[in-house]
Amino acid sequence: MLKSNSRNVSGLGDFVFSRLTLICSLVLIAILVNILVILIIQALPAIKEFGAAFLGSTTWNPVNDQYGALPAIYGTLLSSFLALIVAVPISIGAAIFLTEIAPVWLSNIASFVIEMLAAIPSVIIGLWALFVLIPAVRDPIEKWLGNTLGALPFFQGNQLGFGFLAAGIVLALMIIPIITAMSRDVLRAVPQAQREAMLALGATRWETIRKAVLPYGRSGLVGAVLLGLGRAMGETMAVAMVIGNAYRITPSLFSTGTTVPSKIANEFGEASGIQLSSLLELALILFVITLLVNIIARLLVWRMTAVKTGKD
Amino acid sequence: MDTMTQTMKAIANTTEHKHILITENLRAYYGSFLAVKDVSMAIEPRSITAIIGPSGCGKSTLIRCFNRMHEVVHGARAIGKVLLDGSDIYAPGVDPVNIRTRIGMVFQKPNPFPTMSVMENVVAGRRLSSVWSKRSEMDEIAEKSLRQAALWDEVKDKLKQSGASLSGGQQQRLCIARALAVQPEVILMDEPCSALDPVATLKIEDLMRTLAKDYTIVIVTHNMQQAGRVSDMTAFMMMGADRAGSLVEYGRTQQIFTNPKNKRTEDYISGRFG
Amino acid sequence: MAHDGCKDWQRLIMYSSNLVARKWFNRFMLGLCALGAGLAIVFVCLMLGYILIQGVSFFNLDFLTHTAAPIGQTGGGMRNEIIGTLILVGLGSLIAVPLGMMTGIFLSEFANPLVASGVRFAADILAGVPSIVVGVFAYAIIVRPLHSYSAFSAGAALAIIMIPIVARTTEESMRLVPNSLREAALALGITRWRSVLSVVIPGAITGIATGIMLGVARIAGETAPLIFTAFGNSFGFDGLGKPIGALPLQIYRYAISPYKDWQQQAWAAAFLLSLLVLVISMAVRWLSRKRSS
Repeated sequence: MLKSNSRNVSGLGDFVFSRLTLICSLVLIAILVNILVILIIQALPAIKEFGAAFLGSTTWNPVNDQYGALPAIYGTLLSSFLALIVAVPISIGAAIFLTEIAPVWLSNIASFVIEMLAAIPSVIIGLWALFVLIPAVRDPIEKWLGNTLGALPFFQGNQLGFGFLAAGIVLALMIIPIITAMSRDVLRAVPQAQREAMLALGATRWETIRKAVLPYGRSGLVGAVLLGLGRAMGETMAVAMVIGNAYRITPSLFSTGTTVPSKIANEFGEASGIQLSSLLELALILFVITLLVNIIARLLVWRMTAVKTGKD
Repeated sequence: MDTMTQTMKAIANTTEHKHILITENLRAYYGSFLAVKDVSMAIEPRSITAIIGPSGCGKSTLIRCFNRMHEVVHGARAIGKVLLDGSDIYAPGVDPVNIRTRIGMVFQKPNPFPTMSVMENVVAGRRLSSVWSKRSEMDEIAEKSLRQAALWDEVKDKLKQSGASLSGGQQQRLCIARALAVQPEVILMDEPCSALDPVATLKIEDLMRTLAKDYTIVIVTHNMQQAGRVSDMTAFMMMGADRAGSLVEYGRTQQIFTNPKNKRTEDYISGRFG
Repeated sequence: MAHDGCKDWQRLIMYSSNLVARKWFNRFMLGLCALGAGLAIVFVCLMLGYILIQGVSFFNLDFLTHTAAPIGQTGGGMRNEIIGTLILVGLGSLIAVPLGMMTGIFLSEFANPLVASGVRFAADILAGVPSIVVGVFAYAIIVRPLHSYSAFSAGAALAIIMIPIVARTTEESMRLVPNSLREAALALGITRWRSVLSVVIPGAITGIATGIMLGVARIAGETAPLIFTAFGNSFGFDGLGKPIGALPLQIYRYAISPYKDWQQQAWAAAFLLSLLVLVISMAVRWLSRKRSS
């Protein structure tokens, strides 16, 4: 690779151009840093007002300006983990199918179709969810769950269709493509020699996958799942349209609730003062959580897949 | 200083511009690894000088020092003097970009720009290394260079086609035309025929002899017969015990091949190793 | 890793000679994986099919040419919102493409490895920031100080989302250009910056173009950052400093409204937007296939 030391950059033109590219890169970093800084600054009034109690309180009352984040955080975590429960088996199964089982032509078509899902804007999935998924969740899904597993607190309560269950399903749909695509890359990066070693011992295809391929790609797969988690936690529109926007914590999956992004989306327009600052504190919390999840995810995936370069 | 260097220095001092390219104690490093050690040689203008030697002896590294391409690789540097027409190209303040317009290079694997047409390829160097260029001038330059490279007749109807659409031998002649368009004084060729078939190779060897009437050519080749066929002067390099390459013998091609002064040269020529 | 698996495996051989059971289990698990893939694909097709069919049934010329009707009145279309989306996407691209490409060029051509991994990491992180946070950021630094929702603030928010996409695809495409071309250009006495612009970038242009197209498809559908930057505007384009409507925003507002007519228009808009995104995705796929063959 022709790296730039000052000897490759000679003359005014090179100097200006290379500095220009550097400045643009610094702009990108500056944007990232600024987002954090601005969020902190704008959230400061609320942080000062409520302190750590903000994280534990369940009220959200614009009338007497008392705000707490717990239901929103709970909603985000619950809906995201529901999404993972549904999406991870499907995604990893699909990824295994695409890399280990399917012939190349089928793998390409199938990957393409799954990627199409990722391309659909969130608000359109929300629209579909509103008119197709919610009725389907209300009846038969929640009905059946209520009848058979109604003894559990998770499946009690009003069956509106709206709520955590629908939100979990919607989020699952949205993160399946990204987990599948990343997992596929991770599994492809597993050296063929690993598989051959197992097969040569007389293992079946599945045993090879289970004992040689998956363990080798373990960190990458975890990274892929975490990327999906990060995406689910930050998802706004589709969730806002199906979660019902009630500010409370209940164990029931049928109940309506709120997530951090949907809360911000719903109230930001009319908020001011401490309410606005509280919403910004929510945004800060969201930013930090997704930041951490994404960093860990990227570090795990980077270890497995390398950057391609041009070779002569 | 050994006798060879002394002789070189003497020649250089008395007949300064008789030799167009003179190196003095040239050393080339990759990081801390010394690849080429204390090479001193004087190249005659309008001649073909071949640099031969077993692989790994630093031939390519050496000629890449002549047009300051060696330092392009991260961590690589060259120490010593290389005098082009009497002035040191490694002197502080010298612009390597400018040097490369005076000393051109043709590479082992033909590398025409695939996104440009034949015509655009030929004038690419000329157009992009100058501030401003006239369209009609470029057309003239392209034809002249393609004729000089013995390629005009074969591509005159294909000027608008992609540079990569030609055969291997044609692509290499295109690269030669491209280098010629910049009007260099010296042309360096790093194993220019090793990726080509024998027919294309002979065409290029003929081309070299024609070009040598107007240009100075330095060619690195691992093919001794080729060196014997085309060159006026031959330099033999070898890797020493310290894995650094150095100049073992340099002289008229005739003499090197029929009556080498150094035993190692003789061993190489007669195929005892290499 | 395979060694541990092999040890497990040898234990399995020793204690179970039931080959038939293993084979059936193998088929079962592989079948489950195929089921997973099948479920995902079937779901995509069903959902996409529903959206397109439902949407096209409400899609008509009025939708494209009329502006929104007042509340309660039927008819009307989303002409202003379509124009709004085009303006916002154009604005976002105008900012993101130069910045993103220059960053990609920096990463590929000029950066030393340490700085490069730092910038690359930052780009990947920025790509993972929830779009609503980006919208909040744009609100805080543009809308608030200027006391007005504006097309400009929305364009800026969309640009922030698009920059990492363009930067990473530009870098990856340029890295695929063989080094021999850079060397050839240098040996001709061409300066670095001219060789990057005239030799390397043309060689990477397909990849760069697909990156830009992917970015466009992404921001065309973004809604969350528009809610409090663009805000929406029933009177059409009023200047870059004023609120502006956009398709995804309108879909959201109409979808959650109680008016059947508006809901139908939301479907029509969804059809249009989905079509746009799908066409771009397929074009990207097609262009990439030509490159990799």
